[in-house]
Amino acid sequence: MTQQLVLYPLLLQMFLSIVLMFCWRKISWQRVISIVGSIINVGVSIWLFSYIWENGTQIVLAGNWKPPFGIIFVADTLSATLVLLTAISGLAVSSFSSASVVAARLKFGYFPIFHFLLLGLNGAFLTGDIFNLYVWFEIIIISSFVLITLGGEKAQLEGSVKYFTLNILASMIFLTAIAVLYGLTGSLNMADLALKVAAIENRGLVSITAILFLVAFGIKAAVFPLYFWLPDSYHTPPSAVAAIFGGLLTKVGVYALIRVFTLIFVGDQFIENIILIMAVLTLISGGLGALVKNNLRKVFSYLIICHIGYMIAGLGLFTEVAIAGTIFYLIHDIIVKTNLFMVSGLIFRMRGTNSIRNLGGLYADYPKLSLLIAIPLFSLVGIPPLSGFWPKISLIIAGFQAERWWVVGAIIFASLITLIVIAKVWASVVWKEKKELPVRLNFRYFDKLITIRKAQMIAPMIFLSLVSLYIGFGAEHIQQVSSRVAGELMDNQQYIEAVLGK
Amino acid sequence: MKTIILRTASTYLLPLLLMFSIFILLRGHYSPGGGFVGGLIASIAFVLHAFARGLDNTKELLKIHPGFLMPIGLALAFLAGVTPVLFFDLPFMTGIWYPGQLPVIGSLGSALFFDLGVYLVVVGVTLTIIFTITESA
Repeated sequence: MTQQLVLYPLLLQMFLSIVLMFCWRKISWQRVISIVGSIINVGVSIWLFSYIWENGTQIVLAGNWKPPFGIIFVADTLSATLVLLTAISGLAVSSFSSASVVAARLKFGYFPIFHFLLLGLNGAFLTGDIFNLYVWFEIIIISSFVLITLGGEKAQLEGSVKYFTLNILASMIFLTAIAVLYGLTGSLNMADLALKVAAIENRGLVSITAILFLVAFGIKAAVFPLYFWLPDSYHTPPSAVAAIFGGLLTKVGVYALIRVFTLIFVGDQFIENIILIMAVLTLISGGLGALVKNNLRKVFSYLIICHIGYMIAGLGLFTEVAIAGTIFYLIHDIIVKTNLFMVSGLIFRMRGTNSIRNLGGLYADYPKLSLLIAIPLFSLVGIPPLSGFWPKISLIIAGFQAERWWVVGAIIFASLITLIVIAKVWASVVWKEKKELPVRLNFRYFDKLITIRKAQMIAPMIFLSLVSLYIGFGAEHIQQVSSRVAGELMDNQQYIEAVLGK
Repeated sequence: MKTIILRTASTYLLPLLLMFSIFILLRGHYSPGGGFVGGLIASIAFVLHAFARGLDNTKELLKIHPGFLMPIGLALAFLAGVTPVLFFDLPFMTGIWYPGQLPVIGSLGSALFFDLGVYLVVVGVTLTIIFTITESA
């Protein structure tokens, strides 16, 4: 029963999408199936996580073909953690979208595609084969293309063209990189690659391949020179879609970077410096971008970019403390960013606009909801003891230890900018006096929704805020998880032994 | 496109192409072929019929909406993959083989059902796309 546990989240998501496809026209069924399925998925993911926590890394050989020849699925602590986070965000977004996405979009297969997206995410986190990782990336981007264009508004199509072009480009570069790597080593299994790449004498060639991977995953993760597609596309789809994109899609790129650069391409000083420079520039440029934008969702999009910088900085510093900080930040960021985009969706439903200049008076109209909104906003800034505070300590300590003062400076600078941005958002959206906005006809305002729809929108925010609070107040537990992940990642022999059994 | 030659030929070509697609599907395990190519050939048969006889006639012939073949095919492929997990406690997608030989088909295994699923999905997707384009044109 537990032997195949690693694959259960994958199989469940696939099962859900197939069942949802059978109920193509029955929207109300789809809502129920999606929410119930997502709850079961959280249960399965907790089971997987606790099993991995107690028994260490587990593998499943797909089709029973032995590694390094067959495709294998590996669940170490990092993968299990990310699968659990995907399940939590998935549940929240599933409930949120059944209330906030309009029926016209739901009719064209929103939920089946949404679960295919979650399937792709789980697959990417669990696979131990680099070509299979590419395939999961394809599943993710194909599903995301559908989700981003569903509805076919003009702005949406404009955003999706940018999204589509750069992501296809990233996939091409990724595929080329895999081809070069296969040419060098004759293997696709990541653990096997780790051994074979280490044995290659021509290090220049290895560095170039590593750069190809860095560019490919860099586009996906939206780091400094490669991020321009993100703020131009993330504000166009429905906020439920933006929530899952902002929470998880860029993080797959970060995951892939972490995996590849702690397992396959290890200890290359040149690459580490490049990653650090990218991280610092990402932190600064993302923060500055957020400062000047007026659309709430564009502000959050730039903050995504800015905070990707923290994770990449931890990867570039490459010490155990830094990697622990990266993992902690990843855990915190997935939950908070998903929540933030849902917040922007809620505000949009309340006021009919996302322009910060025109918003206002939220506290006067909805005092309790404003307090709820405060939790993700201030967690993001990292006001102690909320969740964003703790990983930064690890990152700054690691920066001091490595004597990279400019990295420490950039981290503090980005925190400050985030604080300014969030303070600005809070002051003008929540505290400022309400502006009279023209009433939009044919728009489903929040007040006009029936109670169950309201609950479906608010409940996931409460849920994710509680998770955020837990990450902040129960930081010790999260730190334990992050330290253990960092330990596993820094010592890649563990992974190799678990996979190849030597 | 509604010439008498094409219309007459399509009557004979439809069953021929369908049989050929099943032949390609079945030989796919060790030789070139398989569900994907087979599915494409089967959809060509219907597309040709639609060109010669008009879309409405083809839809009548198909009885169900081709889009419905997608979940059926996916479900079949999924079941073929999950069977070893559920009943034999073997990893996902492990081939389960019927011990004897069957006439015509040869060895029967879960891989065939997976391929059949692929076949249905390909037919469903291709026909849905082409029918939608034809309708909107």
